[in-house]
Amino acid sequence: MPGLEDLYREIILDHYRAPRNRGELPVPPAHKAEGFNPLCGDEVVLYLVVDGDTVTDLKIAGQGCSISQASTSMMSAAVKGKSVGEARRLIRAFKALMSIHESKLEGEGDGEDLRAELEGVRLGDLEALQGVVKFPVRIKCATLAWNTLQQGLDEIESD
Amino acid sequence: MSASLVTPLDVARIKGDFPILERQVKGKRLVYLDSAATSQKPLAVLDAMDRYYREYNANVHRGVYTIAEEATAAFEAARAKVAGFVHASHPHEIVYVRNATEAINLVAYSWARANLREGDPIVLTHMEHHANVVPWHILAAERGVQLRWIPLTDDYRLDLTDLPALLDGAKLLAVSAMSNVLGTINDIRPLADAAHAAGAHVLVDACQAVPHLAIDVQEWDADFVAFSAHKMCGPTGIGALWSRRELLEAMPPFMGGGEMITQVTVDGFSPNEVPWKFEAGTPPIAEAVGFGAAVDYVTALGMDAIREHERALTGYTLDALQRRFGTDLTIYGPLDTAVRGGAISFLFEGIHAHDISQVVDEEAVCVRAGHHCAKPLMRVLGVPATTRASFYVYNDEADADALIDALARAEKFFAL
Repeated sequence: MPGLEDLYREIILDHYRAPRNRGELPVPPAHKAEGFNPLCGDEVVLYLVVDGDTVTDLKIAGQGCSISQASTSMMSAAVKGKSVGEARRLIRAFKALMSIHESKLEGEGDGEDLRAELEGVRLGDLEALQGVVKFPVRIKCATLAWNTLQQGLDEIESD
Repeated sequence: MSASLVTPLDVARIKGDFPILERQVKGKRLVYLDSAATSQKPLAVLDAMDRYYREYNANVHRGVYTIAEEATAAFEAARAKVAGFVHASHPHEIVYVRNATEAINLVAYSWARANLREGDPIVLTHMEHHANVVPWHILAAERGVQLRWIPLTDDYRLDLTDLPALLDGAKLLAVSAMSNVLGTINDIRPLADAAHAAGAHVLVDACQAVPHLAIDVQEWDADFVAFSAHKMCGPTGIGALWSRRELLEAMPPFMGGGEMITQVTVDGFSPNEVPWKFEAGTPPIAEAVGFGAAVDYVTALGMDAIREHERALTGYTLDALQRRFGTDLTIYGPLDTAVRGGAISFLFEGIHAHDISQVVDEEAVCVRAGHHCAKPLMRVLGVPATTRASFYVYNDEADADALIDALARAEKFFAL
């Protein structure tokens, strides 16, 4: 039976208590992307600056549970300074990390196809969020920041 | 840890009536504090439903054979019990519906669509459950009725300062008798009197009130009262709409089908008498039987005793929460137990409601976290979500103490 320490790893609580890159950026030049989880009221706000092919700056705002806010902070630390391509690879890898377990839970195979998304991607601290998958109702909390980032990058690209 | 709380209910014995409370979760005694969402079911209700399926399962109002007559008799006897429970003047003033939500939708689709026109005001309150908000939003989008809102005071009660202006020209006042978030009990009779004086009908969402307070719909002088069985020890899938007979008779049918007609030809149909006019299709028969058994169960405990028990337990818990957590904790709802029920919503400074509820689940304590289907209220309170503990007949001070200990653990866990 999964315990609380699987869900609330120390690194997660650290990001929750002391979120990185918290703040706002002027829009424009920054792009603002917002994500909501209507079921629990979690809210993620991202201010993204993409210069050329690089996410040069990123600030986070919003409110929600420890998992959603820690995931947002960890995402911001992982993505800032990276290329858009790398950021998108991280998004796919992180969502795969969550979905492999979800698809196992739902009996949809062993997630081998999703494993390909994780090949060669270094998740680092983000792997601490892996424990969330043992608490299925909280997966949405962890993925909210990443879905919002994807939405923001898509919006910037289509401008 | 504290002196024994004396209440009129023998909770130790009552706990024995609920098989689920024998269950262990994570190796611990189940502490169920989410009865405002749904109550647990006593053996008497489970047995009554089981007996129906095993001994006299048949469709109602159809067959002339013995078990069909038995099924019909039990189905209608349960209606009479429900009617008596809320002091309706006749069993036929009780329409079986799926739940309180369907009862309100029935009024919105049948009565309101037949009687309200563009611009007609409907008065709601800021503490309504979505069940008593969204049907009126749908009607507003479709018919252009106008929604007005009674605001709240600083102590989480209805602010009636502008009531006369709000009711001016109104066609309906739709109000909760007890908030599922704040616990606030609204005094219905004066509201109904004011609404009637202004020419408005009165709908009461009594979903939270009926399980916990002795209710007299005639004393309320309401026009429509909605409630569910599953919050008062009965099964899910059945509830009731009470209305005055002449109102029900004047209303058009809600859903068409079998049972709700007296005559059908290729050219048309004649509706059945009330309440069956509103009960198209095979009804939830076992659930009706269970509803009746639930009425018997809570009636035997005594509604006044239930109220007194919950008032004592709520007061004990409110005191203990404030003593233990002080200003780290905000309680959203009145502190005076004379004007509130047993739903206690709260937030810890800097800790999200979901994180609290996750940690207390480790202690097998079941509390709810979220917006409680009351998003307009959450916005008024200025919070995204709250944690809510709610009591019923099978809860005692040991449950309240388990909650408080689990909360202390959660607070420590997330301490900055």
